[in-house]
Amino acid sequence: MSANLVALAYLVASVFFILALKGLSSPVTARRGNVFGILGMIIAVTTTLTLTENWMLILGCIAVGGTIGAIVAKRVQMTAMPELVAFMHSLVGLAAVFIAVAAINNPVSFGLPAELPMGSKLELFLGTFIGAMTWSGSVIAFLKLSGRMSGAPVVFSGQHMLNLALAIVMIGFGLWFFFSETTNWTAFIVMTAIAFLLGFLIIIPIGGADMPVVISMLNSYSGWAAAGIGFSLGNPMLIIAGSLVGSSGAILSYIMCKAMNRPFLSVILGGFGSEGADVSAGDGEQKTYRSGSADDAAFIMGNADSVVIVPGYGLAVARAQHAVKELADELLEKGVNVRFAIHPVAGRMPGHMNVLLAEAEIDYEYVLEMDEINSDFSNTDVVLVLGANDVVNPAANIPGSPIYGMPILDAHKARTVMVVKRSMAAGYAGLDNDLFYMDKTMMVFGDAKKIVESMVKAL
Amino acid sequence: MIGDIDPTIINLTVFVLAVFVGYHVVWNVTPALHTPLMSVTNAISGIILVGAMLAAGPAETDWGVWLGAVAVTIAAINVFGGFLVTQRMLEMFKKKEKKGSE
Repeated sequence: MSANLVALAYLVASVFFILALKGLSSPVTARRGNVFGILGMIIAVTTTLTLTENWMLILGCIAVGGTIGAIVAKRVQMTAMPELVAFMHSLVGLAAVFIAVAAINNPVSFGLPAELPMGSKLELFLGTFIGAMTWSGSVIAFLKLSGRMSGAPVVFSGQHMLNLALAIVMIGFGLWFFFSETTNWTAFIVMTAIAFLLGFLIIIPIGGADMPVVISMLNSYSGWAAAGIGFSLGNPMLIIAGSLVGSSGAILSYIMCKAMNRPFLSVILGGFGSEGADVSAGDGEQKTYRSGSADDAAFIMGNADSVVIVPGYGLAVARAQHAVKELADELLEKGVNVRFAIHPVAGRMPGHMNVLLAEAEIDYEYVLEMDEINSDFSNTDVVLVLGANDVVNPAANIPGSPIYGMPILDAHKARTVMVVKRSMAAGYAGLDNDLFYMDKTMMVFGDAKKIVESMVKAL
Repeated sequence: MIGDIDPTIINLTVFVLAVFVGYHVVWNVTPALHTPLMSVTNAISGIILVGAMLAAGPAETDWGVWLGAVAVTIAAINVFGGFLVTQRMLEMFKKKEKKGSE
């Protein structure tokens, strides 16, 4: 195929990728968007195949990788989506590093001059270090999300100084690689090793509930890594696809930070949970709260006109989404107006709760975003909080509170509040939640799934 | 005139414009579909498969080619896994829609 024809095919593929993202503006067009994405990928891969000679090897590898990918995609639990996404980010990062190494080893096969020009070296350096950081950062995120590693922030003194020093050393080796006359493998390998270490060090201080930001950020990095490789190979399609992903991840990070009212930098520097815990530990007074059984809660909900359910990470942990669907059906049958209120950072990744509710076949008409439902809470009879905490903490309205200014779901404005929780333990921010001690609040202790199931029985 | 421009500048032009397109398209994504957005962007960043294929491409096989082959396998996991899991999620959003319109 002529170079021009290849470039045109790549252009078509790029347009398909843009359409794939555009489709996600509504659930109605989203599946068509996904098909566009698949078409774009098929065009890109078949076009590239004509430029290569090892067809058997390449197709064999695609078949192996594709089978693994298909099996994983089919088997993964919806509650485990954040882990899967983190895992896949790590793969993009690793592939970027491998490609960069192969390009330095044999530039000619990528259509680059045998002696790499300075510009290509700089681009390979960028692609490699972003890729390496994406890989190790995502591995840590994966381990934390899947519970194989504690979600608590790992902090030690001098952490930021160490990271900064490492970053400077890494750039130093990068410059050495950059200015060497011949291919300087030592500089390249040391630089890559430091980038791996940095990715690891940057993610360990970030705690569980900040994961939506981290995972969006790594999503963004994986895109920039692909774009970086696109620059080195002079391939506009890689640049376009990579930039789309990069800006998508960046926007999601921004949305998540805004929903927590925290500057991006402070999330990335980490250690929020541990600081918060110190603050609340000083506050030793015993407050009284009311607790009730699942049957009581079911009785109250059954007699209400309107119920708003606020799901949180606890729902995902307990895998209670199907039980919640039954509960909603029972209540709807009794003529209760049931709706769901989703906070942007509920769960461990953007849109986590929406997917779980969708899996349980809850109609998305009933699922509302924070802005859509907040003004309705004052007219709501019962709010049922399922495994959420900080996102309904009215302390966000009190100046001086560590979470002051964070947009919350105004659950405290409802006539009755019921909170299903495993214990009175503080949430991620380490703060006591005044909502739990209000006169109109009833606490129901236990596993979200079991509680909801017994509510269904009682109705 | 075009011939005199460094290819890197042309790539930079493409890059900046693509970031703008990405910015505008992604702001229109409904928050309910943020998880499918992440999984589909995961699949799209699997486009790095193209680079991996070039690495695995040359007929004389040295270690660089084998590294490329590993990268092809890894990137293929991303592409297939990403698109299929997105499809699976979006099916869930679809089923309910039918029910809702009944």
